[in-house]
Amino acid sequence: MSVEYNKEHPIPVPALHPDNQGFWEGVERQELVLQRCKGCGTWSHPPRPMCPKCRSQEREWSPASGKGTVYSWVTYREAPHPGFKAPYSVVLVELEEGVRLVSNLVGVGPEEIAIGMPVEVVFDQVNDETLLPKFRKAG
Amino acid sequence: MDGIKDKAAIVGVALSEFSADSGKTELRMSCEVIKAALDDAGLVVTDVDGLVKQSEDASDEHAITSSMGMGNLTYFGEVKWGAAPCAMVLRSAVAVAAGSAKCVVVYRAVNGSSKLRMIPSMKTSGQMSTSDLLQWTFHSPYGLMTETGSVAMLVRRYMHETDAKAEQFGWVTTVCRENGARNPEGLYYEQSITLEDYLASRIVVDPLRELDCYKESDCAAAFVITTPEMAKDLKQPPAVIRGCAQSMVGETERMNSYYRPDIARLPEVGRVAERMFRMAGVRPQDIDVAQLDDAYAPLVPLQLEELGFCGRGEGAAYCEGGDRIRLGGEIPLNTSGGSLGEGHIHGMNHVVEAVRQIRGTSTGQVKGAELALVATGAGGPAAGLILGR
Repeated sequence: MSVEYNKEHPIPVPALHPDNQGFWEGVERQELVLQRCKGCGTWSHPPRPMCPKCRSQEREWSPASGKGTVYSWVTYREAPHPGFKAPYSVVLVELEEGVRLVSNLVGVGPEEIAIGMPVEVVFDQVNDETLLPKFRKAG
Repeated sequence: MDGIKDKAAIVGVALSEFSADSGKTELRMSCEVIKAALDDAGLVVTDVDGLVKQSEDASDEHAITSSMGMGNLTYFGEVKWGAAPCAMVLRSAVAVAAGSAKCVVVYRAVNGSSKLRMIPSMKTSGQMSTSDLLQWTFHSPYGLMTETGSVAMLVRRYMHETDAKAEQFGWVTTVCRENGARNPEGLYYEQSITLEDYLASRIVVDPLRELDCYKESDCAAAFVITTPEMAKDLKQPPAVIRGCAQSMVGETERMNSYYRPDIARLPEVGRVAERMFRMAGVRPQDIDVAQLDDAYAPLVPLQLEELGFCGRGEGAAYCEGGDRIRLGGEIPLNTSGGSLGEGHIHGMNHVVEAVRQIRGTSTGQVKGAELALVATGAGGPAAGLILGR
């Protein structure tokens, strides 16, 4: 099971900004990229204008493996926004790079979700304008 | 670091009625409640020379001074987010101890029920701050757009790591409602619940139930803080500020601190505890009564752990059965009912109740209470307060 939408009520779309747009430009190319420090190699998410480890402002967008595990999850039984059909689940995925992403699962129902479940990135065209990185169960 | 220990006291408090619809503007509610807090202290409006507000509050300082005829402010400013009640006491105490003001009023009025608060994620991007944008743009498109959902994510992980159960969290709400049932000023007077009621309440965002979460209400509150010298001649016995602290650490987000090594902890509350206990020169076992942030019941066990009332991972078991946390127990919690059993005014009522305990006037009075602790802001920036006689 995946998140279902009420098409007549558009869901909130990512708000682009000079500090985060590299992530969403990667998504447009169907590529998961994460911010990495050119100085010390530390991965950051959410993106920051400065490396919290070494304070370098030399940032780059590096391809990520797209593999990780479910770190935590919740299921909305009532939709807080008319664009979403409840119930739907939101997961917090811990990526191999050590950072976490808030996302949704594709093809996995709430009863199947478990902490530690291996997952991999997929790209979901949620409406005409928006592509979102989501995750499916990995083998 | 004695800091501000014993250099300021809360001498007046007031709480308006809790309701579903106040029928008043927040400014009117603030003026009324400030006047009531000054009356409680035996002070008059023209004694006030400082004002501290919560940054999201509807009424700016100038609206208060103009409406109330406060002629001469020498200190004013605002404090952010959920930890604000204790953090506003800290800011007021610092001002009083440094001599920037002699008599500071802290106020907050919220029509949370009749006029629903705006959820940040529902704002359009043009209205959002850069820092909000960074955070929300990665959450809202996935439907994670309520505080309840944000907290549920942390609670799920805590249950996974510690084996905490809903049946144990339910005792927090049950005890808060037991206390609220004794309090004629609260929304839940004579309305106690059982653990079965809690377990039967609907799941809102799994794993959180309706009875895990505060309900919005309309209410206003104010406190008056002054020097110990001035406090001597006033109407009420002072609640002296023994310890008070605030904390934000690396990787603190507002309610979504998902990007740090372990999300199932409240390190900010731990740091607050360390600082305020050291300042007060007391230990957790010396505290007679505590008012913890109970906007979400499952965050109470985490606070008990961080504050040192029990060990890591033991909080939920500590609450089970309710005996340790109810009146007569090891550490009676939220004795007026708190957010879950009295009403929600963002933790302001928790400070008011701690003052009542020190004065000996609570409807859930701990006999001879000498030290009362308050914690505000669980799940983000935090603050805490230890009051004594």
